[in-house]
Amino acid sequence: MDKRDSIKSKFELALSIFTVFFKIGAFTWGGGYAMLPLIKNEVVEKRKWITSEDFIDGIAVSQSLPGPIAVNTATFVGHKLCGKFGAIVAVTGAILPSTISILVIAMFFSRFRELTVVQNFFKGANPAIIALIVSAVIDIGKSALKRYREFVITLILLFLLIYLRIHPILAIVISAILGIVFGEKR
Amino acid sequence: MILLKLFLVFAQIGLFAFGGGYAILPLIEKEIVNNLHWLTHKEFLEVVTISQLTPGPIAINAATFVGYKVGGVIGSLIATVSVCLPPVILVLIVVRFLKRFETNIWVNNVLKGLRPAVVALIASAAYSLVRGGGITEIKGLIIGIASFIILRTRKLDPILILIIAGIVGILIYQ
Repeated sequence: MDKRDSIKSKFELALSIFTVFFKIGAFTWGGGYAMLPLIKNEVVEKRKWITSEDFIDGIAVSQSLPGPIAVNTATFVGHKLCGKFGAIVAVTGAILPSTISILVIAMFFSRFRELTVVQNFFKGANPAIIALIVSAVIDIGKSALKRYREFVITLILLFLLIYLRIHPILAIVISAILGIVFGEKR
Repeated sequence: MILLKLFLVFAQIGLFAFGGGYAILPLIEKEIVNNLHWLTHKEFLEVVTISQLTPGPIAINAATFVGYKVGGVIGSLIATVSVCLPPVILVLIVVRFLKRFETNIWVNNVLKGLRPAVVALIASAAYSLVRGGGITEIKGLIIGIASFIILRTRKLDPILILIIAGIVGILIYQ
């Protein structure tokens, strides 16, 4: 393969990475774990870009590092296929649909938000979004809090966050330190 | 100057966005609503609802929205890129020694330790959204409880529940 061909095939690969992640970004409402099966279907089953084992490793890393899971997974898959360039292309594709849609909404929102019908829509939807979050607390609590100790730490952190208004980063740091203190020793 | 501030604040949010999704809300609220006053409590609540109704992660949606409000299109691009930057850099670093990362005892202890924080952060987000004006009167309380019951007992898409609740809002609050 001469040099022009390799540039061309790299460009084509980048384009298809972009397209796949753009599609994933555009069709996963609510974000987060909802998009994992979709990503797996595209990159493992349909395109066979990476193996199922590599994908699982990628998910493990994506979940353990900070950042939206979509961004982390896109970085991982893009990097695997095409290095840092691939990672940037994949992340750009993944976030572009939400960026565009929010930008459009933000541009017009100030004009619409004072309309009674819009305000009343939010008055109805806001309690529902709170119900969604409470429901997430129950689901995530069930799967994440396995021991009595973890449950107690959760309640203490919640108290610190709500009543003493500690910074959320402090809550994260405290629990990371407790994880080391109570964690398994080598 | 405000663009630099935008960059730094959202890079910080990206760096501490553990647990994904709702767990990020208290951090956004603390910095954007309480400290910088770039959004009111009411607008924050609206951004959360809009995020749920549009594709994409909540952190990115909030970044784009706040960035636009503070610094126009340029501001929205800066905020969006900066919230992604720390996670992207961290993933690129960690993939170099993936196996060692996954089996490292320190990493595992920290990750297990973070679980209670993630649950507490999401719970505190729910609390402060209620306090911030999410539920102010009896009709809202009823919509909230009804949504919760439907959510827990039916396999209905959360987005559909939100839209229905919004339409109910339009009908009952005239």
